[in-house]
Amino acid sequence: MFEAILLTVITASTPLVIAALGELVTERSGVLNLGVEGMMIMGAVCAFATTQMTGSPYIGLLAGIAGGAAFSLLFGFLTLTLVANQVATGLALTILGLGLSGQLGEMFVGKPGIKLQPIVIPLLSDIPFFGRVLFAQDLTFYLSVALVIGINWFLFKSRTGLKMRAIGDNHGSAHALGINVIRTRYLAVMFGGACAGLAGAQLSLVYTPQWVENMSAGRGWIALALVVFASWRPWRVLAGGYLFGAVTIGQLHAQAFGIGVPSQLLSALPYAATIVVLIIISHNRRTTLINTPASLGKPFVPDR
Amino acid sequence: MKKLIIALAASAALLGGFSSGAQAQEKKKVCFIYVGSKTDGGWTQAHELGRQQLDKALGDKVETKFLENVPEGPDAERAIERFAREKCNLIFTTSFGFMDATVKVAAKFPDVKFEHATGFKAAPNLATYNSRFYEGRYIQGQIAAKMSKKGVAGYIASFPIPEVVMGINAFELGAKSVNPNFKLKVVWANTWFDPGKEADAAKALIDQGVDILTQHTDTTAPMQVASERGILAFGQASDMIAAGPKTQLTAIVDTWGNYYVKRTKALLDGSWKSEQIWDGLKDGILTMAPYTNMPDDVKAMAEETEAKIKSGELHPFTGPINKQDGSAWLKAGEKPQDGVLLGMNFYIEGVDDKLPQ
Repeated sequence: MFEAILLTVITASTPLVIAALGELVTERSGVLNLGVEGMMIMGAVCAFATTQMTGSPYIGLLAGIAGGAAFSLLFGFLTLTLVANQVATGLALTILGLGLSGQLGEMFVGKPGIKLQPIVIPLLSDIPFFGRVLFAQDLTFYLSVALVIGINWFLFKSRTGLKMRAIGDNHGSAHALGINVIRTRYLAVMFGGACAGLAGAQLSLVYTPQWVENMSAGRGWIALALVVFASWRPWRVLAGGYLFGAVTIGQLHAQAFGIGVPSQLLSALPYAATIVVLIIISHNRRTTLINTPASLGKPFVPDR
Repeated sequence: MKKLIIALAASAALLGGFSSGAQAQEKKKVCFIYVGSKTDGGWTQAHELGRQQLDKALGDKVETKFLENVPEGPDAERAIERFAREKCNLIFTTSFGFMDATVKVAAKFPDVKFEHATGFKAAPNLATYNSRFYEGRYIQGQIAAKMSKKGVAGYIASFPIPEVVMGINAFELGAKSVNPNFKLKVVWANTWFDPGKEADAAKALIDQGVDILTQHTDTTAPMQVASERGILAFGQASDMIAAGPKTQLTAIVDTWGNYYVKRTKALLDGSWKSEQIWDGLKDGILTMAPYTNMPDDVKAMAEETEAKIKSGELHPFTGPINKQDGSAWLKAGEKPQDGVLLGMNFYIEGVDDKLPQ
């Protein structure tokens, strides 16, 4: 029973964690991309369509990543090269993504999906209980964990990561030191897009292997909130994503179990939990300020 | 001078109004507002098929238009008003949540005719139409009670509105007519459309031991989960057999097309008037998808019940029926008024859930 709940929680949390990790990297470089929902749904449609045409969900997964990254390039061009307002462009990206994906996916509606099958890791999966929960998952789950470890190392242990954080904190100084601000930000935006695309692919290949319009249903926005919730720290994204997933699934189980709490209250629980944690985190203003990229959302025009 | 110009402009506008009115005489416009995507595989797709049927039947006399993904709320009012200004003659608003917006716009445009699906507020130029979905749910309940080994079914519900509560009660009544101890577990997803959340609700119910699933949400995700876990399920609003060829027992299929054709004909010959229509299986406004994945005797029972409901011999809500707390609701042989059903806000005995108020 508990195992079944955990499995459902993992499926529900993985797309949130992946998309939030990508956005975390983008924001650490000082760019605020509110288009996560749009990039996610583009990833979902590209992954589903490619899987249908090739028969291989792995090629579909790659197509989802590529679709999200390519779509984010549009955002990069508008905000980094043309220096358009990041908030407005991000919102436009979401609206465009939802519409465009509906068009692209029209011929795939109602087609039975092909599911990305779990990869059972020998030996490790034989560990009682945790083995089956953690080591008999599909590729997207393993990737989400690898991303947390990798991004944490990149941001806080590698030289390039240090440079990127420097750009996010003060792009003027970073530019004066000879760091290529625009190029780094392009790469960070594309990484964010690729992660959102991967999260979208998880939706249409693992979570619910089908294509319907608007199937991301607001998960991109939750991912955005998770980044703030995690105060731009990868491990906290993981914790936050799983907290949100656990409360969401937990309330459904509580309902099915028949505990006498009104379902509207239960449905609001994940959001209430998020707010409580946010209050606890922002209690210490200094640590919040240290983690927040200081140039987040500010336009950058190289002066020479 | 100024007055003259105004007078001229006014008469020009008047003439313009007349001439466009004359054009509209040739081809009437029938317009549809959808809450979801026209290819959602469920609720909205059923309305879209109805519109296509209308196009096919009366395409030479009317022109049809639609707007999809219109959110319930202030946006709906703008969308409906846009259609009214574009000289639509008849506007169908196809979701319960469009009710107040439709009432407002209908008051502003007395010459335009409106029809609102599943609502209860009418006006001289605003009719309502609805389908007795509960008839289909009663049949589903009977099938569930025959097919379930554990005697527990799971119900994925959207919002606690009378329409949904009525469906849950009808399902339980049908099941109890076969197995008096049949239990129904309800999970409220608090959404009409979110494949992920619907799938999660389905998984939660299956993990808690139900072996039959039914849904009152719009996507095929629950059917897909049921199919993956190897249990049986019922489709909703559209035939969902493609999502679960070995899973779907039957589905309540909304067939609005006949109704749309009938009302448009009334518009054309001038006999349209505001009515509160609540049609059922016998009128063909809903049909049951083929009975599949069940033994012949269960199929025969389902067909017999369907025939009895059509002939009027059987009304799913026939007493004696107790409310959830055991207090009496209907005496033996008593049938409820339609108004009582349409405002249903309580569970009947046997539903294993606390109704959100």
